[in-house]
Amino acid sequence: MTVASIGAVTMTLILVAVFLAVMLNLNEMAANIEDDVEINAMIDPTFNEEDDIVDLGEQIAELNGVDSVTFSSRDDELEKLIFSMGEEGEAWQLYEQDNPLNHVYIVRTFDPEDTVTVAAEIETFAGVEEVNYGQGVVERLFQFNTYARTVGLILILGLVFTAIFLISNTIKITIMARSKEIGIMKLVGATNGFIRWPFFIEGMLLGVLGSIIPITLVLAGYYYIDTNISERINYSFVELLPFNPFAWQLSLIILVIGAFIGVWGSVMSVRKFLKV
Amino acid sequence: MILMKDIYKTYANGVTALNGININIDQGEFVYIVGPSGAGKSTFIKMIYREVKPSSGSIIINNNDLSEMKERKVPFLRRDIGVIFQDFKLLPKLTVYENIAFALEVIEESPRNIRTRVMEVLELVGLKNKARFMPDELSGGEQQRVTIARAIVNNPKIVIADEPTGNLDPETSWGIMEVFEEINSRGTTVIMATHSKEIVNTIKRRVIAIEDGLIVRDEYRGDYGYEV
Repeated sequence: MTVASIGAVTMTLILVAVFLAVMLNLNEMAANIEDDVEINAMIDPTFNEEDDIVDLGEQIAELNGVDSVTFSSRDDELEKLIFSMGEEGEAWQLYEQDNPLNHVYIVRTFDPEDTVTVAAEIETFAGVEEVNYGQGVVERLFQFNTYARTVGLILILGLVFTAIFLISNTIKITIMARSKEIGIMKLVGATNGFIRWPFFIEGMLLGVLGSIIPITLVLAGYYYIDTNISERINYSFVELLPFNPFAWQLSLIILVIGAFIGVWGSVMSVRKFLKV
Repeated sequence: MILMKDIYKTYANGVTALNGININIDQGEFVYIVGPSGAGKSTFIKMIYREVKPSSGSIIINNNDLSEMKERKVPFLRRDIGVIFQDFKLLPKLTVYENIAFALEVIEESPRNIRTRVMEVLELVGLKNKARFMPDELSGGEQQRVTIARAIVNNPKIVIADEPTGNLDPETSWGIMEVFEEINSRGTTVIMATHSKEIVNTIKRRVIAIEDGLIVRDEYRGDYGYEV
């Protein structure tokens, strides 16, 4: 039974470790993408007075949640466009004489999730022709991140509770084997704390022993992925968290969860036996 | 000192065990609790060391009001009360010495005190030469002496025994009674539930008879009063 509950902790922690590694990496990537989200507020071409444009910039900067507002003239915009098109961009050079683009304010928010509301407010300002922030895509990205976090959290909590249940059953068996001893201890006036601590230690030990294999796997597995696979991925936004310190932090989390599962399991089962 | 006032006890399953108990037992008394099986003797005894709480009424033990006592104080109450059972409740894997020392270890007594105290009580119960024996190497009477030694090793003010001679033959029982008298002569209150007519009628002490959860008789130097 001891082996079984250590095994249960081991399995739980392996799954938790994998979930955590995937989730935290996804989270990091999502955060990277989220950080890249910016609002392009295109200024109406008829809105030509320089003072008006400066006023508009200040108005935007005063909005709640706005981090930075950068002005980019239509010439800058064309340059960026030509640059981003590479060789094909040369065709656009013809437009340098008669630039069809707008002046643009590039707005960043402190919290990427504010993007949508801030964009909607900017759109109402006079002189703003159009607001562009990757409508649709951004909303879906945020939604996906929220789902992924919630689902991951629920799965991890479910696994942790299963392991706590198994540990508390193991400890219950130890306690029942020692129930006569505990009864005598209570009779001669031992305090609950005194009776509890050996089980407390036992639970913690079960949890910590159960975390050895998962930690080994995390360190070895993540090292392998970090050195062999991440080099082959070339998309700039898909970047794994570096082995050091991430794998060590993850191991520590696994160890703490393991000890927590063990202690909690033992506390749960001892509590019932101390009520006399 | 034990003082009970209007004690009623109804268990969760609906059985009423005590039906208005009033009693006053002074420090140093020797009291027999007699009565038919199921009359409420065990409930009465368990209330003293607070294994059972009354449904209503108040109990005062050594100036502590048990109805107001917090859970975490209960262990300290029990350190002043030694309890002895018919079925001994010894730990089979520990020696006689260890079984008695166990009672002091779990209340975190210092090792030096433990040694002297255990040897003292072993002498008192007459088992000094059997300290290293295992419980199953002893006779029933000797095992009961070990449990008595364990109950008195931390100098309790009250010793409670629930049919301590119930599993013993008459001759052995007299030996056990001598130990109880010795303990009582040192100023310890002894409360003993028993079905032994011979003992109660021979060693005359206060007799409290409980029937249907009520005290029906309370006399000093009383008789057992029931036909066996």
